[in-house]
Amino acid sequence: MTIGLNEFLILSALLFAVGFFGVLVRKNTLVIYMCLELMLVASTIALVAFSRFNGILDGNVFVFFILTVAAAEVAVGLAIIVALFRKRGTVQVDQLNALKN
Amino acid sequence: MANLLFYLFAALTVGFAFAVVFNKNTVNAALCLLLSLIGVAGVFALLDALLLSVLLILVYAGAVVALFLFIVMLLNPQAASPKPYKKISAAAGTIAAALLGLGLWSFVSHGELSSAPATAVFQSGLKDYGAKLFTTYLLPVEVVGFLLLIAMLGVIVLSKKFEGLEDVK
Repeated sequence: MTIGLNEFLILSALLFAVGFFGVLVRKNTLVIYMCLELMLVASTIALVAFSRFNGILDGNVFVFFILTVAAAEVAVGLAIIVALFRKRGTVQVDQLNALKN
Repeated sequence: MANLLFYLFAALTVGFAFAVVFNKNTVNAALCLLLSLIGVAGVFALLDALLLSVLLILVYAGAVVALFLFIVMLLNPQAASPKPYKKISAAAGTIAAALLGLGLWSFVSHGELSSAPATAVFQSGLKDYGAKLFTTYLLPVEVVGFLLLIAMLGVIVLSKKFEGLEDVK
């Protein structure tokens, strides 16, 4: 059996689901953020696979932009987490409940 | 051969993605993320996107994971709590992720996707990227450049000490 578009898309879906699972389950903000990165990368696999199997480069160029935005996003997100830690002294989401009640 | 490599990289990617989720130690989780991304870079290489696979390693391994490790060691969250997740949220997360995965999988496997093999010749050299980026996608390139500038300014502002702001209790 040769590897076709479907196999790549299934891999992408699986990786996305694993990342989603991590985002829902974990309590540490940093790990949640890593799982978000996994979801982002999973979507790029689908884009590259579609691009390759259609024989056009546009999907790859989109992934190029996604990588750029991901780098900017990580810098800002981690700065927010550091500011949060300075303010509240924790990065566990179950202790960040100032808006509760 | 390509099949074997695909399964190898796919196993690397998904296996270490699970390791990221289940690792109690945040530093180990970040290193597992790095290995998972190396698997993704391998998949990109199999898809003839060599530039992207190199960029993924450069940007993610060189910048993102390094930044994660840096922040993890800077914050040093008090000795990772013995239970990284609650039972109820683990159950809810499993069900939600299983539903999402099942939905995506059935969409992929029952969808009307052409199973035509990939075109033999695929132009994905640096020159082709350059031609695309500076003609069709010129405006997005400008916008992304601006976005990076804004992100840099945002990080500088966020990293400043917030003085005069009363603590939210």
